[in-house]
Amino acid sequence: MIADWKKIAEGDSLPELRKTPTVTQLVKYAAGSGDFNPLHHDYNFPQSEQIGSIIVHGRFKYAALGELVSNWLGHAWRVKKISCQYRGMDMPNQEFVCRGTVVKKWEENGEKLVQIDVWAENAEGKKTTPGQAVVVMR
Amino acid sequence: MAKEFVLTEQMTAQIGAESPPWPFEVTTTSVRAFARGVGYTDPVYFDVAAAIKAGYRSLPAPPTYIGTPVFIPGRSSDTFSGPSEGMPNVDHGLKGILDGGTETETYDTICAGDELSAVTRIAALDVRPSKALGKMLVMGTETEYRNAAGDLVAKQRAQVIYY
Repeated sequence: MIADWKKIAEGDSLPELRKTPTVTQLVKYAAGSGDFNPLHHDYNFPQSEQIGSIIVHGRFKYAALGELVSNWLGHAWRVKKISCQYRGMDMPNQEFVCRGTVVKKWEENGEKLVQIDVWAENAEGKKTTPGQAVVVMR
Repeated sequence: MAKEFVLTEQMTAQIGAESPPWPFEVTTTSVRAFARGVGYTDPVYFDVAAAIKAGYRSLPAPPTYIGTPVFIPGRSSDTFSGPSEGMPNVDHGLKGILDGGTETETYDTICAGDELSAVTRIAALDVRPSKALGKMLVMGTETEYRNAAGDLVAKQRAQVIYY
């Protein structure tokens, strides 16, 4: 947890967050987010059969990137902006790792801001979910 | 999946079309369910006393919570739970759907107890080729979330891929 602006430097890596979502975890995410697309829980759904598996919700990975950032910051900060692109599919019971690096630190209109590159990568090291976040001190 | 897909005037006429406002009430139960679904273990998202100790009014919404809808049968999408009533619609006939990307900007801390209301509009329509999925329709939407006082508290942009 980072409470001190002075301790953040451009190039810093965030502590990684590893996730291996089970089908049960995806069901919990479906209930929590309201996304009941069967592609994320039903192996007999036509789109799942076509892909050969159910897949992890893109927004579960997006939320994991949010968790990566909020775990690092603690509560002295607020996530002002967070974005990602869903470039590759992840399957349940396979690990993906969320990582981030600080790209910019600046002050603007009296606000202390930090920009971070964030991404989720699969076991092959492919970035399936690249994104960016901007955080501001509360 | 479509080999060819062409945007018609009827489709592009929907760019800029807006939904009516829809309630996106944030509650302690909805924050807990979302945080549990993601796998958070930080008590601030579950325990009101811990949240208040950390300087929040109540349980804070995790960074990507925005978009978690209030479901009403017959007026919401049964699959995605978001509002369907009055939602601008592009009649494209494609069956496959994938999420393309999400961007959320928040202008204030959002906590349980906040009564947000959101309006969604279709911001862009684009046809892109894909090796695996043929011609894809990429729809960009923009949703503005306002609090009970009418202040803009969050904006979410999303790309949905139809194929």
